[in-house]
Amino acid sequence: MVLQLVMAPNWCGCGVASANSTKISTNAFKMSSNRFNFSKPYPGRAYRVTAYYSLTTPPYELDALEPYMSKRTVEIHWGKHHNEHVERLNKHLKTSAFYGHTLEEMVKATYNNGSPLVEFNDSSSVWSHDFFWESMQPNGGSMPKGGVLDQIEKDFGTFTNFKDEFTFAALSIFGPGWVWLYLKKNERKLAVAPTQNAISPLVWGDIPIIGLDMWEHAYYLDYKDDRSAYVNNFLDHLVSWHSVMVRMMRAEAFVNLGEPKIPVA
Amino acid sequence: MALLRSIAISSNKTITLAPSARALTTTTLPPLPYSYDALEPVISGEIMMLHHQKHHQTYVTNYNSALELLHTAMDKGDVSAVVGLQSAVKFNGGGHINHSIFWKNLRPVNAGGGEPPHKKLGWQIDTDFGSFNALISKMNAEGAALQGSGWVWLAFDKELKRLKVETTANQDPLVTKGATLVPLLGIDVWEHAYYLQYKNVKLEYLKNIWKVINWEYAGEVYEKEAQ
Repeated sequence: MVLQLVMAPNWCGCGVASANSTKISTNAFKMSSNRFNFSKPYPGRAYRVTAYYSLTTPPYELDALEPYMSKRTVEIHWGKHHNEHVERLNKHLKTSAFYGHTLEEMVKATYNNGSPLVEFNDSSSVWSHDFFWESMQPNGGSMPKGGVLDQIEKDFGTFTNFKDEFTFAALSIFGPGWVWLYLKKNERKLAVAPTQNAISPLVWGDIPIIGLDMWEHAYYLDYKDDRSAYVNNFLDHLVSWHSVMVRMMRAEAFVNLGEPKIPVA
Repeated sequence: MALLRSIAISSNKTITLAPSARALTTTTLPPLPYSYDALEPVISGEIMMLHHQKHHQTYVTNYNSALELLHTAMDKGDVSAVVGLQSAVKFNGGGHINHSIFWKNLRPVNAGGGEPPHKKLGWQIDTDFGSFNALISKMNAEGAALQGSGWVWLAFDKELKRLKVETTANQDPLVTKGATLVPLLGIDVWEHAYYLQYKNVKLEYLKNIWKVINWEYAGEVYEKEAQ
């Protein structure tokens, strides 16, 4: 989150910006710098603090996922696509009734039960891409351990079954979409599901655990049309079981999974 | 016993048709009317090859599989399976239809690609959009604004006798936007159509593709439908 201190217009319709703000919102009024003292705001004026979203950084260097996801792909996917969604979301938020919601709340609310509002696409894309970068790590993949593995074996039979189901779902998508491992709150079990465009399990009230972007821009530079190689490399070399463990632990605060308990340490 | 048998009525009625009416006609990948690198530098040879040999071929292959499964399901009277296969038929069949049109919409520069439409189509464009450039701008804007994957079309409405710019999502053919719409020109805005060359800058791809558009084909389709 980036905090900007924006001065609301005073009664005469002109405003002052504090020297602390690095971004000055000037859309409502013009300021001439020689008329006001910028170092001290006028006393007794109304302040309105507004906050917008910023582009969160992946928790690793941009080339850290090589050779399974190239630096070029991450640079463009994060720096252009993800960034564009953030900028468009912020543009919507300037006039949106959903300003002030958390990102998760906004995704659910703007999905509007299947008739998505204009903010849905960008808010959901921002959330999903943040989630995606954190679903991966350098030297990821291989096998989960302990409570996570136990839960997967409980809900899918074997770890291989989970991988097969995840891959099948990923390849079954018509057009752009995502594939998720998520926790079904009511049934208290893990499941896999594909979604279209920008939809995520947040919209139907469940808890995402892994998200894989299946839009062409996510893999085309590295894999061209070979989606199964992309998904296999994600599962074998990129997926962060550490993130999965942390997310499952958090989910246990909302869903009683009974045994096994995901380990805290 | 006879009473019980008459109560146990099958809910499926078997309709017997002549064998030829149930023959399965699969589809094949149409050849490209020019070489893979003929549209360079607007669209790279690598993209054309992948687009034709991999993507379009996959739609053809998957459409044929879906058709066979549909055939079997229809024979067995399996209503759920028949309904369940509709999305695969629509997606893959649509992909085949759309790409078949697309290859004809493109033409190498040295064979006339990019030459603006003249005669009747040219006049109709001026009437319905104001100018040729206005049409280009509109199609570029709609193509750029499309979220996800899809196509942007120049369509001729047979009923209203006028041109229209339309977009469809994923591989939905133009008719899904109106039964009276005839596609004159379709531009693929799926990422695979431009990503290797233009990366995320879809607008550059759209601005450049006009250099290799085959207006002669669009004109022929238009004149056939407009009479």
